[in-house]
Parts: sequence; C-alpha cells; structure tokens
Amino acid sequence: MSVVSERLRAAAHSATLITGLAILTFWIVCALFGSAMTPFDPYADNLLSTLASPSTAHWFGTDQLGRDILSRVIMGARDILIVAPLATLLGTVLGTALGLCIGYLRGALDDVVSRVIEAIQALPLIIVALMALAAVGTSNATVVLVIGFVFTPLIARTVRAAVLIERDQDYVAAARLRGDGRLTIMFVEILPNVLPLALVEMTVRLGYAIFFVASLSFLGFGIQPPSADWGIAIAENYSLIGSYWWTVLFDAAATASLVIGVNLVTDGLKSVVDA
Amino acid sequence: MLKFLIKRALLSLITLGILSIIVFLGGQLLPGDVGRAVLGPLADARAVAVFDHQLGLDRPLIVQYWDWICHFVSGDMGNSFTYRAPVAPFVADALVNSLKLASLAFVLVVPLGIAGGVWAAQRVGRWSDRGLVLLGQSLGVVPEFISSIVLILVFGVWLRWLPMSADWPEGAGAFTQIRYLILPALPLVLVFFGYIARVARIGTIEALDADYTRTAILKGLPMGLVMRRHVLRNALLPTITVTASLAGYLAGGLVVIETLFHYRGIGALIYTAAKAKDFPMLEAGVLTVGAVYAIASVLADLLSAALNPRIGAVSA
Repeated sequence: MSVVSERLRAAAHSATLITGLAILTFWIVCALFGSAMTPFDPYADNLLSTLASPSTAHWFGTDQLGRDILSRVIMGARDILIVAPLATLLGTVLGTALGLCIGYLRGALDDVVSRVIEAIQALPLIIVALMALAAVGTSNATVVLVIGFVFTPLIARTVRAAVLIERDQDYVAAARLRGDGRLTIMFVEILPNVLPLALVEMTVRLGYAIFFVASLSFLGFGIQPPSADWGIAIAENYSLIGSYWWTVLFDAAATASLVIGVNLVTDGLKSVVDA
Repeated sequence: MLKFLIKRALLSLITLGILSIIVFLGGQLLPGDVGRAVLGPLADARAVAVFDHQLGLDRPLIVQYWDWICHFVSGDMGNSFTYRAPVAPFVADALVNSLKLASLAFVLVVPLGIAGGVWAAQRVGRWSDRGLVLLGQSLGVVPEFISSIVLILVFGVWLRWLPMSADWPEGAGAFTQIRYLILPALPLVLVFFGYIARVARIGTIEALDADYTRTAILKGLPMGLVMRRHVLRNALLPTITVTASLAGYLAGGLVVIETLFHYRGIGALIYTAAKAKDFPMLEAGVLTVGAVYAIASVLADLLSAALNPRIGAVSA
C-alpha cells in the first residue's frame, strides 16, 4: 500500500503529468458533453454568414458553410477520442496475447512471427494503414481495426521481450512442475507480471493512435464527414489558408494540444512508474 | 566486418521478401474489386470480368505473386490501372523528388539536432536543458499536417517569405527549387529535431561521464579537443543509427507533407494510388519505400561500424 501512496504522491508532484491530465480531461469533457457546451449547432449551415472572421458572436469565426468553428472544434474531439482509444485497446489486447504466445512457446512460430513483425516495421505505419484502408474501405470501424492490427505486432514485440525474461523465473518453473497447462502458465502466471509494461506501452500507443487517426482523417482515409473532426476540417479548408486562417488554425491548435496532452501524460506516468 | 555486412544484407533481403508478400496480399486478397473500382459502379459485370482477365487478376494468387515479383525485381513494376502505362517511370521520378526533399530536411535537421543535443547535455538538469527536451518531444508528436499548417500560415501567409506550395515554375534552377522546398522540409525538421537531439543528448551525457573522458581531462587536454576527440565521437554513434531509422519513418511523413504541398514525391504517389485503388502503383510505391528503408538501415550499420573506434581499430 505504501508503494502505491508513494507513487500517487509522486504523481501529484509531477508537473508534466498534471498538465497533460488537465489538457486530456478538457478534451474528454468536450467529447462527452460537447453537445451541451457548444454556443451554436456545430452542423447547422448559415449561408448568410460564411467565412466570417472571429468576432464576439463567433469567437473562432465561421467556415465555408457558415458553421460556427468554436462549436465544431468542441464537437471535433468526440470521434477521435472514440476511435483512437478503441484502436489502442484492440492493439494492446491482441499484441499482449500474441507476445505471450511467441515469447513463451518460442520455436518456429516465434521465428516466423518475429520476421513478419520486422518486415511490417520496415514500413511507416501510415503507409500500411493507407494500403489496408484502400483495400477494405474507410469507416470508423475499419479505422479502429486497421490501426489495432497495425499496433498488434509492435506491442507484441515489447511484451515478447518481457516474457522472455519471465519464462526463466522460478515461479514459471514451479507452475510447470505442478503440471499447469501452457495456457494457464501464460495467462495466469506470466500475464500479471507483464501487464504493467503492456499498460505503459498502451498509453504510448494512444499518443500514436491519435496522431494516426488525425493524419488519416486529414487524408480522407479516417473519420468521415459530416463529423466535426479536426483533421477533416483542415483538409476541407486548407486551400483557403491564404485569406481565411481561422478556418484551419483553431482545429490545428486543438489537434496539437490533444497529442501533446496525451504525450505529457505518458511521460509523467513513465517517470512516476520508474520512480 | 565483411561477414557481418553480408549477414546484415541477407537479413534485409529476407525482410524485403516477406514485405513483398504482405504488400502483394494487401493489394490482392482484401475485398476491393479492381475492375469495379476502375470502371465505376455503373460498368457492366462482363466488362469488369474482361478487365480483370486482361490484367491477369483471375489467376491463382501464387502465380500472380511470382509473376509480379519476378518482373518487379527486373524493373518492370507492372502497369498503372489509372494511367494505363508502366508504373516504373512514375515511381522513379517520385523517388528522385522525395529524395530531394528528404535530403534537404536531413541537411537541415542533423546538424541542428546534434547541436541541440550536445548543447542540452552540457546543461543537464537546468531549465534550458529541460525546456529543449520538452520542446523537442512535443514537436516530435505533433502530426506533420498540423505543423505544416502553422508553418504555412507564419512563413507563407503572414510573413510572405516562402512559397506556399512546392510546385516550382518549369525549368527552375537548383537554388529556386531549394527555396520552394524549404517550407515542406521544415515540418520534417520539426518532427526529427526532438529524436536526434534526444539521442545526441543522452550519448553526450554518457560520454561526458565516461572514464576515458575523465582521463582525457585529467591528463590536461584542452576541453575543445576532449569534446571533439572523445565525447562527440562516442556520442554520435547512436545518433547515426537513429537518423537512419528516421529515414524509414520519413516516408510516412512524406505522404502527408507532399499531399499538402502539392509535391510529386513517393508519398503523394502512394496517397494518390491508394485513393484511386491503383494497386500496381500502390504496391510499387510501398515496396520502394521498404527497399529504401532496408538500404538506409544497412548503410547506418556500415557507417556506425566505420565510426566505432573498436571495430575501426580491428580492421586498420
């Protein structure tokens, strides 16, 4: 118990963690309660006031269809904060299972899977995702699946390395002597010991997931219109950047703050766990 | 040394082989009817079948793969679905363009990153050090299209210092081309700065702390010489490795940046091909990126072996 409270105290003193949590909480609140917070309907066109510059009525101005940008920036947090965490969770669950299997069972399976993982890592994730999405088509569900599958080998590699150390420990030998089955040893004995690592890896991946979902949405392969997603808004408006900067700047700032917030949390967590 | 290199190159080849299978399967196995995609939803089913037959898409997968990879290795990357023309020249042009952009980014970021890392290492724990580390880290996680947008706004729209797209006028000289490429290169610089600076910083801290550095200082060598001969040489080894691994990552950033700046590089090629479901083009582009990555990582090992004082001493 004292270890936990000590770590909590360390967490409370970590400026990085607190700042990150504050930013992240802000966007989660926007994602959850956005529809109650927006000053205007984020989806309502108003063709009488298109591309209005920021004013007291519209703090962040309006876009090509006269939609209030402040309202859309608030609502824009929702889809990315659903898709990215789900994808990360999927990747973590599959990756941990795969890492446990190849790390504990070793043999030909490990050799083959490790080579395939290496091959996939020779490609930037965004390109792997583009290929897969071009083939299966884009929707929120396929984006979750594709990013989840792309993350699986990466997380598996980390978990595998930890399992390789654990499998030589005495408690594993003891379980084997007791006659426990392979599955029991992997998922009951070893899993709890590699879980903290898998969870840290998960928060790291969450940062990347947000990065990818945002980039894919910008490219038209991620979240789809009419969502108020920030990446979509930037893709739709960046040709107007010369005259109507407010149609892209606030969405860009929102995306940047979310990614940086998540990464501050990750860094803070790591330093607290390591402390 | 030679044995190590051959082994390393062979491993890369195996990786590339597996990669080619994955890329091929990605393009063929998943449900995305090519004939349907190219000819449109209104096309007659028979026309789609004929189109697929013409392209050999109705043969067994293993035959298609073997056919594809044999031609690929000999430089025949197949025909683009959209352009109905060989893919290879498109890929070659795009690769040259991307290499131009990437070289400019690396020429800018490697010295900057190393200087930043070494500078921070000499101030470990102070505010300037922590500030630089935090800045580098934050810049490294912001998606390229976000930093591009901000850079375009600042340097293209408000200050009007640099052109906003990489589309230089026909027949522009090298200098003009570089001018047009600075803005697209900057987002890459921002992303990579943190990575390179972090590794250079840690390497420098370790080298500054090492016994050989203390010995060098104690035997009275001037600090500048200690830094050059003992600290930097050791600190830069990991920096080179990380720089080469960034070369692979680079292509991901290029997809976004080249699309945003209207630049005909390999990233934009992959993006356009993915949009149009032009799989021969997509596969060729993706496999080229994989090959470039493999070459870059072998080169990195080579360079790092050449710079390593221990290995250098053995071969000398």
